[in-house]
Amino acid sequence: MSRQPPREHVPPVQRFRIRYAKRGRLRFASHRDFQRALERALRRAGVPMAYSAGFTPHPKISYANAAPTGTASEAEYLEIGVAAECDAEDLRERIDAALPQGFDVLEVVRASTPDFAARLQASRWRIELPDVPAHEAQEALDALLATSSAPVERLVKDGRRTIDVRPAILAAGVASERPGQPPCAILTVVVQTVTPSVRPDDILAALRSVAGLIPPVPAQVTREMQGPVGVADSATQVPEGFLLGDPLAADREADQT
Amino acid sequence: MTVDIASASVFPRLERLLPLVQKPIQYVGGEVNAVRVDWDAAEVRWVLMYPDAYEVGAPNQGVQILYEVLNEQDGVLCERTYAVWPDLEALMREHDVPQFTVDSHRPVGAFDVLGVSFSTELGYTNLLTALDLGRIPLLAADRGDDHPLVIAGGHAAFNPEPIADFLDAAVLGDGEEAVLRITDILRGWKAEGCPGGRAESLRRLAAAGVAYVPAFYDVEYLPDGRIRRVVPLRDDIPWRVAKHTLMDLDEWPYPKAPLVPLAETVHERMSVEIFRGCTRGCRFCQAGMITRPVRERSRSGVESMVARGLQATGYEEVGLLSLSSADHSQIAELTTSLADCYEGSQTSLSLPSTRVDAFNVDLANELSRNGRRSGLTFAPEGGSERMRKVINKQVTEEDLIRTVATAYAAGWRQVKLYFMCGLPTETDEDVLQIARLAREVIRVGREASGRRDIRCTVSIGGFVPKPHTPFQWAGQLDHETTDRRLAALRDAIRADREYGKAIGLRYHDGKPGTIEGLLSRGDRRVGRVILEAWRRGARFDGWSEHFDFGRWGQAANDALADEPVDLDWYTTRERHHAEVLPWDHLDSGLDREWLWEDWQDALDEGGVEDCRWTPCFDCGVCDQLGTHIQVAAPGSGA
Ligand code: SF4
Repeated sequence: MSRQPPREHVPPVQRFRIRYAKRGRLRFASHRDFQRALERALRRAGVPMAYSAGFTPHPKISYANAAPTGTASEAEYLEIGVAAECDAEDLRERIDAALPQGFDVLEVVRASTPDFAARLQASRWRIELPDVPAHEAQEALDALLATSSAPVERLVKDGRRTIDVRPAILAAGVASERPGQPPCAILTVVVQTVTPSVRPDDILAALRSVAGLIPPVPAQVTREMQGPVGVADSATQVPEGFLLGDPLAADREADQT
Repeated sequence: MTVDIASASVFPRLERLLPLVQKPIQYVGGEVNAVRVDWDAAEVRWVLMYPDAYEVGAPNQGVQILYEVLNEQDGVLCERTYAVWPDLEALMREHDVPQFTVDSHRPVGAFDVLGVSFSTELGYTNLLTALDLGRIPLLAADRGDDHPLVIAGGHAAFNPEPIADFLDAAVLGDGEEAVLRITDILRGWKAEGCPGGRAESLRRLAAAGVAYVPAFYDVEYLPDGRIRRVVPLRDDIPWRVAKHTLMDLDEWPYPKAPLVPLAETVHERMSVEIFRGCTRGCRFCQAGMITRPVRERSRSGVESMVARGLQATGYEEVGLLSLSSADHSQIAELTTSLADCYEGSQTSLSLPSTRVDAFNVDLANELSRNGRRSGLTFAPEGGSERMRKVINKQVTEEDLIRTVATAYAAGWRQVKLYFMCGLPTETDEDVLQIARLAREVIRVGREASGRRDIRCTVSIGGFVPKPHTPFQWAGQLDHETTDRRLAALRDAIRADREYGKAIGLRYHDGKPGTIEGLLSRGDRRVGRVILEAWRRGARFDGWSEHFDFGRWGQAANDALADEPVDLDWYTTRERHHAEVLPWDHLDSGLDREWLWEDWQDALDEGGVEDCRWTPCFDCGVCDQLGTHIQVAAPGSGA
C-alpha cells in the first residue's frame, strides 16, 4: 500500500548568474538565513526552478564565496538553474521584488561560460572604523604591510585554527581624513580568495596583534567588489593601482553576441 | 511633549551592539509580510510580546493573528517584541538601550498597550526583564499615565494571579474580538482627552467585562493560608470575569499573510488552524478544557487559507494546526484534496495529531504520499490501562498495539510514544508498564513489518496540575519521586536484551515541573517569589540551560518566609472541594461542580466520552457561553 515517491529530477534548461547586495540591517543575516529567504522568494516569485534528484529534491542554486554574517556586500554572486526559458531582466525584477528589502538583486545574466567561481579571485572590502582617526589606522596598516607574515587564530568548526593573513592581502589603503567630520578611518583592502578564507575580521585581528589597533566600536564592513585579479578590461582602480575585473563581463558579452 | 524622542527608533544605538551578540538577525525584524503603519497617524498603538526568544516567539500563531487583526484597523498600529537573550540584555543595560520592537525598533514604553501572550508560565520572568529594560515599573501600582497598559493573554492568563501585581489587566480566551474591543474603549477614552487617567481606562475595560483587572479585586486569606474570598472593590466591577469565545472561524481567516522570519525559528513552516477547542476531555489537559467548545473551520476555508498563505510566504510545508487535528469532521476529505492539489509540487503537508487509531495512520499515509515515512507519534499518555482510565484517555492496549502494527506495516520505521509521569494516583508499577508496552510495540512491529530495524521512542513529560481542569485539586508528585520512577523505567528498558536497543527514552528531570506547578496554581503571593527569583537572575526558565531550581527554591523560601505557605503547599498539597481556588473568580465556562465530579470519577477510574459525537455531559461551556459545538456541515466544503 505504500506508494513509491514520484520524485523526478527536473533538469535545468538555462542557468543564470546573479549579483546581489546584502545591505543595512540585513547584513546581520547569516548565509543560511539568506538561502532560506531566497528559496522562499523564488517560490513566491513563481520562478520555474530546476530541482535536483533524490528523496528531498533541492532547487538548483549554487552559491559562491558568501560574505560573513555581519558584513554588508554589494557583490555577492550565485547561480540558478531554471526548468523553463526565462528573460534575465524579468527574473531580476521578480526576484528582487520578492526578496525582503536589503537583499537586493543588482544584475542577472544568462550563464554561458564555464568556471565562474574561479573568476572570484579577490574581494575588495571597505572597513569603516568609527572613532578611529585615519592616521592611526594608517600607521597600523603600514605596520601590517611591513611584515611578511601575520598569523591570527580563528574558531572553526573543529577547534582553533591559525591562518596567515598577510599573504592574502593584495593591496590596502586608508582614505584621508575628512575635515570637520567625527573621526572614522576608512580602510580599503583587496584580499585574495584563498582556502581557508581570510575575512575582514581576520584582518582586524591582524591589525590588533601586529599594531595594537583596537577599535572602540565594532567596524562596519562592506564587500564592494569581487572579481578576477589584474584584468584590465572594465577594471576599477583600487589602492596602489590594483585592478579587479567584473566576473559577469564574460557572460554579458557572450549573451550579446 | 517629549513623545517624539521617547518613541524614536533605537536602531542606531542597537546596531552597534549587534556585532557583539549571538544570532543578531533575530533583533532586526524585516520579516516578509511585516506591516508598517505610520506612527503619527495611529490613535491606538499596541506592542505584542511573546515572552520567549525570537526563534520560539516569531512563529507563534496567536501573536501573528492579533498582529494582523490590529494592523488592519484604521488608526491602529501594532508592532512586536520578544525576549532578548542575556548577552544582549547585558549590553542593553550597559549602553542604556531600552526594550524595543523588532518592527520599527521603538521603545516598548512608547506604546499605549503592551499585550503579552503566555503559552506557558515559564515565561513570567521574561516579562519582568522586558518591563525593566523597557523602563516600565514592574509593579502595576507604580505605573503612571505615560506607561503602557500591560495586558496578559494566552492559556497561562487563565490564572494570572501569580503575575497579578505586574499586570494591569488579563484577557481570557480568544483574542481576536477582545483586542478590538479594548482598542475601541481606549480610542474613545483617548478621544475624550483621557479622563480619569490610567485608572479610568482600566475601569472601563473591567466594567465592560472585556478584561480582568486584578487591582479592582481584593484577596482575603484565612489564617491557615488558604483564600477566604476574592471580592471586587467597586460596584461596577463584575464578581466573575468570563472568557472570550470566537464562534465563526471562517470569518477570521488569520493570519492571511503569515510572517516569514529571516532568522531560523522552531517552526519553518506555515500553519493553518483547522479548528479550535477539543472535546476529548483528557483530564490533565488545560488546553482542551479552556478552549471548549469545538469550532471548526470549513474545508473550503482551510483550502483557501492554505493556497493564499503559500502564495504569500513561499513556505514549502503547511501544518494543519489544532489540538487534535485528526478530529476535524472532514479531515479525510481535507487531507485527500490537499494531497491531490499539491501532489508533484515541492509542497508538503503535516498534521499534528497523536490519536491512537488506524484512521490516524491512514491520514499520515495520505500526507506522506510522495515523501519519506520517517516517524509517527502517538500519545497514550498513561502507561497502564488503569492510568489511562484515570486521565480519561480512552485507549486500550489492544488499540495501541494494533495501531502501531498498522503503522510499521505501512512502512513507517519509527514510532514515538508520548506518556506522562506523575499523574494522580500513579504508582511505580504504572510507570514501569510503559517499558512493557514499548517492548510489545517493538515485538509486534517486527512481526508486522518483517524487519528488525524499526524503532520506538518513548518520550515522557512530567504532569503538572493546571487550573480549570478536573485535576486542579490534585496534589502534584514531588520531583524526587518523579525522578526515581523515571530512573526505574530507564533501567527496566536498558535491562531488556531482546528489545531494549530498539527503544529510546527521552525525559527531563522533575524539578522544572515543580516550579511550573507553583506558577500554574499559585495565588498573588507567588508574585513575590517570581520577583525574587528574577532579581536573582531567573530568565528563560523554559530552557534547561537557564533554569536553576536552587534559585527558585531560595526565592520561594525568602519571599514566603512570613506566610503560612511554601513551595510544597502550592504544589504537592491536594485541595479540598470547599477551598477557594485562586482562579475561581475567572470563568472558563466550565462548571466547577462538573469539574469536581469529573475529578471524583477520575479517582474512581471512570471515563467520559467525547461530547462531540455522544450525548453532552453538561460540562457547562455551551450553556454558559451561549455557544454550541460547530461541526462543519458535510456540504460546506464544496
Ligand atoms: S485530545 Fe486530550 S490531550 Fe489532546 S487536546 Fe484534546 S483533551 Fe487535550
